[in-house]
Amino acid sequence: MSERPIKVLIAKPGLDGHDRGAKVLARGLRDEGFEVVYTGLRQTPEMIATTALQEDVDVVGLSILSGAHMTLLPRVTRLLRERGLDDVLVTAGGIIPDDDIPALREAGVAAVFGPGTTIAEVAAYFRTHVRQPEG
Amino acid sequence: MSEAGVRAAELADAAVAGDRRALARLLTAVENRTATAEVALRRLYPGTGRAHLVGITGAPGAGKSTLVAALIAEARLAGRAVAVVAVDPSSPITGGALLGDRVRMQAYASDDGVFIRSMASRGHAGGLAATSTAAATVLDAAGFDLVLLETVGTGQSEVEVARTAATTVVLEAPDMCDEVQAIKAGLLEVADIVVVNKGDRPGAQRTAAQLRAMLTASASPRPAPGAGGEAADHPRPKRPDVLVTTASTGEGVPALLAALDRHRAAGRDGLADAARLARAEAQVWEIVAERLRDRLHRTAAGPTTESTLRAVADHRLDPYAAAALLLASLAGGPPRA
Ligand code: B12
Ligand SMILES: Nc1nc2c(ncn2[C@@H]2O[C@H](COP(=O)(O)OP(=O)(O)O)[C@@H](O)[C@H]2O)c(=O)[nH]1
Ligand SMILES: [Mg+2]
Repeated sequence: MSERPIKVLIAKPGLDGHDRGAKVLARGLRDEGFEVVYTGLRQTPEMIATTALQEDVDVVGLSILSGAHMTLLPRVTRLLRERGLDDVLVTAGGIIPDDDIPALREAGVAAVFGPGTTIAEVAAYFRTHVRQPEG
Repeated sequence: MSEAGVRAAELADAAVAGDRRALARLLTAVENRTATAEVALRRLYPGTGRAHLVGITGAPGAGKSTLVAALIAEARLAGRAVAVVAVDPSSPITGGALLGDRVRMQAYASDDGVFIRSMASRGHAGGLAATSTAAATVLDAAGFDLVLLETVGTGQSEVEVARTAATTVVLEAPDMCDEVQAIKAGLLEVADIVVVNKGDRPGAQRTAAQLRAMLTASASPRPAPGAGGEAADHPRPKRPDVLVTTASTGEGVPALLAALDRHRAAGRDGLADAARLARAEAQVWEIVAERLRDRLHRTAAGPTTESTLRAVADHRLDPYAAAALLLASLAGGPPRA
């Protein structure tokens, strides 16, 4: 098998109950040919980092609409680094004000996608920015 | 050993030594059937066979993932290390997959004694991925006492898991199996333990009673009189225990874990020797078939094969004659069209 699918984790950090976007994204990415692991709601940063490790995903996608992104997302990226997952592409989406994006990028979130983002845009970004899988 | 071989061996040793990142990466290599995976699996195989491999199958929505979570909870109380391989279907069109079994198991995501891995079936039929058995072998080598294998759950034809697992659990929900289905059921025939889940729903006990009656009637304890020695080798239906659980509350799950342990102990005493041999046979033939297929595809690739196939498409040649030509090319003879 030459071309293996890119594996993506879609996770919902914190006590945020808005899962519509995450589910739309998970299904949409499946239809784009990705293997998508979905965690469900209410994940701690520890749960997300350990799941990313066990599943050996290429991309971690964090969906957050609760407003707690500035505390939760940097914790996730820090834990990922601590577990040696520094080659994983970390992205986020949901309700995240533009003003917060530079700090999140500084913390290791490669890109942030807001309301109205199409699945095609996300899929294209993942395909071009994922680390090259080793032979 | 080559440089790549050394890397594969290091990865395998790290996974066995408890490095979870190495374990996860090795599982990826196994899924992708890389050369690394083969080197590692050959290195690990002698140290495997210690884990109890339990297959969990049954229709979608029966509660397989929830039951796996409940079994994890119960096994953790006893301090046992548990690994899960949860398989979900790949789209035959896009190759994509939505792996959602984990959602029900996330309470154990941060437990060091638990390792959960989702797998896409990647075009393999029969409820597992082609590499699920190998993945279970790796988890066995990594020292997990209990390895739970959740199948896709597409239905009655999903019997492959019984060839991989030492103990096969078939899940039913109340009134999901009417009598007709149970009689024709291929799935129930491979069950070592039948579980009626959703015991909190009306009809659970009745479904269990019906299943017990049916399964007892279909199991023939000895060959029919006068059938001769031949009948002794004839595979007879198993006579599985029928249990009732409520996976969402954990009720009945301690009894299920005890039944799993009993089945395993019986297997250790030699009763399951034939099953072990069958498992080895299935594994080896799988590899042989894969290698032959690869070799055939490589040898037979080319314009001659294409024109043979074209001839079949145009009805100038029948498919049997075409197959004979391709087989001849595998055996080394020059393919003639
Ligand atoms: C529907 C909705 C709800 C539903 C949620 C249903 C559900 N199961 O999801 C209900 C009614 C339950 C709800 C409740 C609440 N809500 Co509400 N809700 C909304 C609303 C109107 C739409 C959200 C939505 O579903 N959008 C559709 C999906 C498809 O879009 P999306 O999630 O943005 O996802 C897209 C992109 O963002 C991106 N994306 C998202 N995640 C990711 C991840 C990655 C990796 C990538 C690449 C892309 C990506 O791709 C998606 C597709 O384009 C928004 C307002 C808004 N305009 O967004 C408020 C909103 C999110 N809610 C809000 C609030 C305050 C609440 C409540 C606290 C209200 C209350 N006081 O009770 C509760 C909290 C509930 C809880 N437990 O968390 C606020 C949040 C404010 C903030 N963050 O500062 C908002 C912004 C409304 C507002 N303007 O105030 N809500
Ligand atoms: N009432 C009840 N619901 C259950 C039970 N076990 C699982 N469920 C629910 O059944 C649905 C399917 O469960 P899931 O474990 O995903 O089934 P799977 O598709 O077989 O893996 C979920 O909504 C569960 O919450 C149970 O024992 N009782
Ligand atoms: Mg499931």
